[in-house]
Amino acid sequence: MTLADTEIAPPEPPRYVMFWRRYKRNRAALLGLVLFVLVVVMALTAGIIDPGDPLRRAGDPLTPPFVNWATPLGTDQLGRDVLSGVFYGARISLLIGVVATLVAIVIGVVIGALAGHFGGWVDDVLMRITEAFQTIPNFVLLLTLVAIMGSKIEWITLAIGIVSWTAPARMVRAEFMSLRNREFVDAARNLGVSNTSIIFREILPNALPPIVVYASVIMALSILMESALAFLALGDPNYASWGNMIGQGRAVLRSAPYCAVIPGIAIILTVLSFSLLGEGLNDALNPRQKK
Amino acid sequence: MTLHMPPILTYALRRLVQAIPVVILIMIGTFLLLKLAPGDTVDALVGDMGGADAAFIARLRVEYGLDQPVWVQLWRYMVKLASFDFGWSFVYEQPVATVLMDRLGTTLMLMAASLSIAFCAGIVLGAIAARRAYSATDNLISVLGLVFYATPSFFLSLMLMLVFSVKLGWLPVGGIKTIAAFYTGWDHVWDVVRHLIMPTTALSLIYLAFYLRLMRASVMEVADLDYVRTARAKGAREGRLMIHHIMRNALLPVVTLLGLQFSTVLGGSIVVETIFTLPGLGQLAYQSVVQRDMNTLMGIIFLCALIVVVVNFLTDLLYARLDSRIELA
Repeated sequence: MTLADTEIAPPEPPRYVMFWRRYKRNRAALLGLVLFVLVVVMALTAGIIDPGDPLRRAGDPLTPPFVNWATPLGTDQLGRDVLSGVFYGARISLLIGVVATLVAIVIGVVIGALAGHFGGWVDDVLMRITEAFQTIPNFVLLLTLVAIMGSKIEWITLAIGIVSWTAPARMVRAEFMSLRNREFVDAARNLGVSNTSIIFREILPNALPPIVVYASVIMALSILMESALAFLALGDPNYASWGNMIGQGRAVLRSAPYCAVIPGIAIILTVLSFSLLGEGLNDALNPRQKK
Repeated sequence: MTLHMPPILTYALRRLVQAIPVVILIMIGTFLLLKLAPGDTVDALVGDMGGADAAFIARLRVEYGLDQPVWVQLWRYMVKLASFDFGWSFVYEQPVATVLMDRLGTTLMLMAASLSIAFCAGIVLGAIAARRAYSATDNLISVLGLVFYATPSFFLSLMLMLVFSVKLGWLPVGGIKTIAAFYTGWDHVWDVVRHLIMPTTALSLIYLAFYLRLMRASVMEVADLDYVRTARAKGAREGRLMIHHIMRNALLPVVTLLGLQFSTVLGGSIVVETIFTLPGLGQLAYQSVVQRDMNTLMGIIFLCALIVVVVNFLTDLLYARLDSRIELA
């Protein structure tokens, strides 16, 4: 043993510093972060930029962009301000995206954890249910749930969560199956720790990183699903939504394409930001993963 | 034991048996959804007749077995589904099965075209990106893939429509054939193809991104393996190396995705078919939701699920053929 081996390594910088160092190595992920912050700022400042109802008449119908400073991005065929629609739409997209993702992750974690931890017939039954869910096309099931539950924003969010849990469930299950026989879990079991505690306090924290990364994918897909519903006029009509703006813009596509193009770009950039964010998180949370 | 059966057959049989509980669960699921939906068959029927007196409604409920316990209803429902009896559509005044069969062809044509284009373009572009990893070509391909992935299918469809129908006037805006043109023979085929170009492009551009990304990662992983290095050391040229040594193994995960993706693309066809007014299952699904035609909607769910089960089964077989490491017996 040489002297160098016994020397104490310099203290590692705090976790979040390491996290940030790994994250910023990916330039695309940095762009994703910038876009994400932009969308969040839009969602937060919607009420400051345009206090009042974004669905009210704000100017002459079909004012083109950059003509009138009261409505910088123009107005649609009903005279509604496109800029304010984009800002308020960010709010709805993020809200639905976050809550639906949480719903999907919670269902997925519970089902995946039970299946992976207990194995045997529990696993068999839960996995067959998961397969059956995966077999039904997501969007068809989503439309059916909306047809049954109605178009209120709470129900739509819940329905998006319900159609999105299968992939996280499978991931959690796989993580649990590889973790449940590790020494630290055996140790806890031998100490008489209860099943619930083992699942939630021992295994789950170790199974989380890939799920956090996948959450960004669910978020992106949720936003796409919500916008598609709103485009088909099946969304909640009481809120400004990008999908709905595009749906309405379709009627004036020939004469005023900006009504559909502007919210469309908003959706693309938002979804793109989540995809890039996910890649950065992956680099930061699973640094040893082979690329 | 199945002594004289070739291993691929036993494998196929086993996969079929495994699919049975999934199909049964889907039947139970659609039954539950029907029960959750407001109103039942008799309500729809009475509504269709424009109202009826209470005694008649009660008699109808008995006739339709709606007075029976839920278990009996579920059993009868499953038996009916198993014989492809999906009930009656009060919107189309036809058996649901007939309505579905009328629409199935269009959707299958759209799916087959979009998926094969997305798959082929995806693996070619993915392989190119992987072989020139981190170059400008790779960056361009990857960025385009990400952008198309982030584009909602309805937005892409509208933009295609704006450019190719409204501005350039090259392609028809919607429908599956020119109405009242009565084309025959090859003219008819060409007419249908022209109507399918934009919907197919919209769907395939979006799903291309999935195959592209997976193929890129997969090729890069396989290209690092020892057997590829050996082949290169023995003097195999790059082109041969790619086609004979790398592709075959790199394709495996992409083929799996093909099966899994099928269900997503069926969902995506709802939006695209609705925009381009293609008379397929997707447009029917949307119309059924708007018109609250639950029987038809459940029929679509069950039929789509069956198609996905069959496609997954076929992908499993293809996978087993491609990957000799899979134990068939």
